[in-house]
Amino acid sequence: MKGGFLLRGLDRSGLIFLAIVMAVGILVPALNLLVPPGNPFHVPGYAVSLVGKYLCFALLALSIDLVWGYCGILSLGHGAFFALGGYAMGMYLMRQIGARGVYANPDLPDFMVFLNWKELPWYWQGFDQFWFAAIMVVVVPGALAFLLGWFAFRSRVTGVYLSIITQAMTFALLLAFFRNDMGFGGNNGLTDFKDILGYPVQAAGTRATLFFASALALALGFLLCRAIIRSKLGKVLVAIRDAESRTRFLGYRVEHYKLFVFTLSACMAGVAGALYVPQVGIINPSEFSPAQSIEMVIWVAVGGRGTLIGPVIGAILVNFGKTYFTAAIPDFWLFALGGLFVAVTLFLPKGIVGTMGDWSRRMRRQPSSTPPDPTVKPAE
Amino acid sequence: MNPDMMTRTLLYLDGVSVSFDGFRALNNLSFTIMPGEMRAIIGPNGAGKTTMMDVVTGKTRPDTGHVLFDGKVDLTRQDEAAIASLGIGRKFQKPTVFESHTVWDNLDLAIEGARDPVSTLFHKEGEERDRIDEILGIVRLRERRHELAGALSHGQKQWLEIGMLLAQNPKLLLVDEPVAGMTDAETVETADLLREIALTHSVVVVEHDMTFVRDLGVKVTVLHEGSVLAEGSLDHVSADPRVVEVYLGR
Repeated sequence: MKGGFLLRGLDRSGLIFLAIVMAVGILVPALNLLVPPGNPFHVPGYAVSLVGKYLCFALLALSIDLVWGYCGILSLGHGAFFALGGYAMGMYLMRQIGARGVYANPDLPDFMVFLNWKELPWYWQGFDQFWFAAIMVVVVPGALAFLLGWFAFRSRVTGVYLSIITQAMTFALLLAFFRNDMGFGGNNGLTDFKDILGYPVQAAGTRATLFFASALALALGFLLCRAIIRSKLGKVLVAIRDAESRTRFLGYRVEHYKLFVFTLSACMAGVAGALYVPQVGIINPSEFSPAQSIEMVIWVAVGGRGTLIGPVIGAILVNFGKTYFTAAIPDFWLFALGGLFVAVTLFLPKGIVGTMGDWSRRMRRQPSSTPPDPTVKPAE
Repeated sequence: MNPDMMTRTLLYLDGVSVSFDGFRALNNLSFTIMPGEMRAIIGPNGAGKTTMMDVVTGKTRPDTGHVLFDGKVDLTRQDEAAIASLGIGRKFQKPTVFESHTVWDNLDLAIEGARDPVSTLFHKEGEERDRIDEILGIVRLRERRHELAGALSHGQKQWLEIGMLLAQNPKLLLVDEPVAGMTDAETVETADLLREIALTHSVVVVEHDMTFVRDLGVKVTVLHEGSVLAEGSLDHVSADPRVVEVYLGR
């Protein structure tokens, strides 16, 4: 039954999208590992990590689209769920360093030795096991989203007020994680990773595997979102987005639906963060900063909210632009980002994919785009 | 009313008052609807018709008074979703359909069935196909089933919303101004449709349009300043000097 459920998401555009993601997931690492450097088809190692990072952002954008595009919940704090997933993975990676740290303490990460801590805090227990960390990657962001959603949705906090609450949440976590006595490395965060599952993080083979894992996670996340959107639950979500109180009068418990989709979305964001951290080699509190979360929403808006494919394209395009501009003209990036958002809002309110969809529909069926004639009698 | 009578009512309002910022929208309102009954509620603007519906459907909590459904369930303690599940359906004054869903999906969302997220996630399409098709026929939207509800004309949206009510199959239908913005021909058809629905459901219709109320030919309750002014056949209440005064002014 579950298998059949996931297959619901497969139609032509969905299959094409999955084929492209998986092709990238296999080709990029292959061109990096198998083609010798110097050959024009060789993909350099830094590019693998860079595109791998984009794939994690794409998964994150997908999770935002699920709540914002389909259920109308504008979360301005998704960076927090992403960062929590990242920290869970970072804690595992820190424990893998073992005695190879600067202070050569087999149990305590360097920053704890530096702070004169004598033993590992209770919440660091278990993170030496990959399976435990992998569960926490999903559970911690999910639990936070569930808790926040439980109170917010039950009290019917919606719209801009909910956005402000999510923004406040990520800001509070930013401040908390900055503190050294929180036990998460303070300002510097977690870094200097050595191994993941016994393989060196920096090695070409590990990098290629992480890249493939990111592409796979994106593909699975897409499949899951598609299946949800196609189900009757997906129809209820859109109904809530468009006419919340009407949905209530039909007997649907709106808060349960919102809670479900918000928690699931946070779990997906956590997975994205966990795959991101070993590829960039660091996680620090700046991931919690409100500006990061707002930038994520811009990716979704640029790509086209409520399209699933759009946010993936938006995340990759905007981040590619960011990489390019911050290298070429560093001072220009924030202006470019702001300008982009204004331009998209003014000229492409439905984003790239949404606008393209409108065009192709107009090409195919001219008459349906004209408003129906109100004088026409209801058809018998 | 004695307790025995009370338990036999479908909807029982007693001494219901609601104030908004000092304005008394409902003032000691009491009336009952019996099972299978169809009732028209009329009254000038601000008489409290819509507030009364808000109270019954759980959108507004009354300051005082009792609202009982089926003679036993206290509606003032339930929220909108619970009240809808008990079997009270509502059609809004301004037609409210899910505009970015197709006509079919609108009915699919309304059709009676499990409402929790797990059931809807694993819900299989097609179980209710025949019933939806039947309703499409009743509200004459069969030809437009695959179009977006947002593309329907005003009158068709009204009909779609009545269709959604039918799909919900509630015990009691609250219908707020069903013929607002309709042509004369559509108004007559809507009256026919509601009378047909009333054969198997209890219906409360709030309406301004007197011709339409006359077409329905049912007992009328006149509201004024949040309480019942008169009750009886349309001819009876029209002859009441207080009703004439309220409607024509001094």
